[in-house]
Amino acid sequence: MPSAQSRLRVRKEQGITRVEFIDRNILDEANIQQIGDEIISLILNDDTPKLLISFANVDHLSSAALGTLITIHKKIEGKSGQLRLANIDPQIHEVFVITKLNMLFQIHDTEDDAIASFT
Amino acid sequence: MSHNPQPRPGAQDPPTYSASFSLSDDHTRIHAASNDLLKAVADLGYNTASQFAIRLAFEEAILNGLRHGHKALTSTPVQIEWQADQNTITMNITDQGPGFDPKGVPDPTDPDRIELPSGRGLLLMRAYMSTVEYNDKGNSVRLVYTRPSD
Repeated sequence: MPSAQSRLRVRKEQGITRVEFIDRNILDEANIQQIGDEIISLILNDDTPKLLISFANVDHLSSAALGTLITIHKKIEGKSGQLRLANIDPQIHEVFVITKLNMLFQIHDTEDDAIASFT
Repeated sequence: MSHNPQPRPGAQDPPTYSASFSLSDDHTRIHAASNDLLKAVADLGYNTASQFAIRLAFEEAILNGLRHGHKALTSTPVQIEWQADQNTITMNITDQGPGFDPKGVPDPTDPDRIELPSGRGLLLMRAYMSTVEYNDKGNSVRLVYTRPSD
């Protein structure tokens, strides 16, 4: 489970692990490393992970944060799991479009839409 | 010796702001430097989309210099200069590393590279800035953001 210093809010409902970021800006590499480690720990503790990451609180992210999301994506693929992203601010969504990562990740407007998409 | 940037209004009217300082690999100071620039940008009336673009490119350029330019020089600072006025934001970030050839950086959107976790900083700088120019050595980048017409 995340520690008291966790940078995430995590809850698990009906087999889906829902993650929200506490930080509004996901820029600092030490924080990004911690976020990645925490999420990968959640993935490794699940046989077939279904992970929903909400960006509801996020105003900024860096290319290093994108790299961590890719690592998370690959970890989930390696366990035949499913990853969904939701609630992404339009400015940040543009970053996904520029990098074409919107074609790699399944991105939904709302958490409800994302949850409904899990199979 | 590094010091905190102190943007000051210039004598011109309309106002200009500028700063010149060195910056080591300390996330608190990087954020402070970014916030100082963004405060000037906001004071000059740039909208939130412009502020987002400038912050993203500025921080990516700093981290590129510190992470890639200085990969063997962890305590070495980068040199930063910026000028801001109502039409243009210009940022120069210079590291003390050996430099690189920006033309040799592969396209991170290539399907064969899309799942690699790094290599997107330069792409994002080019996407958001009007101009991204490296010097011949490849250790100094000049970013120019031209205010879009409303």
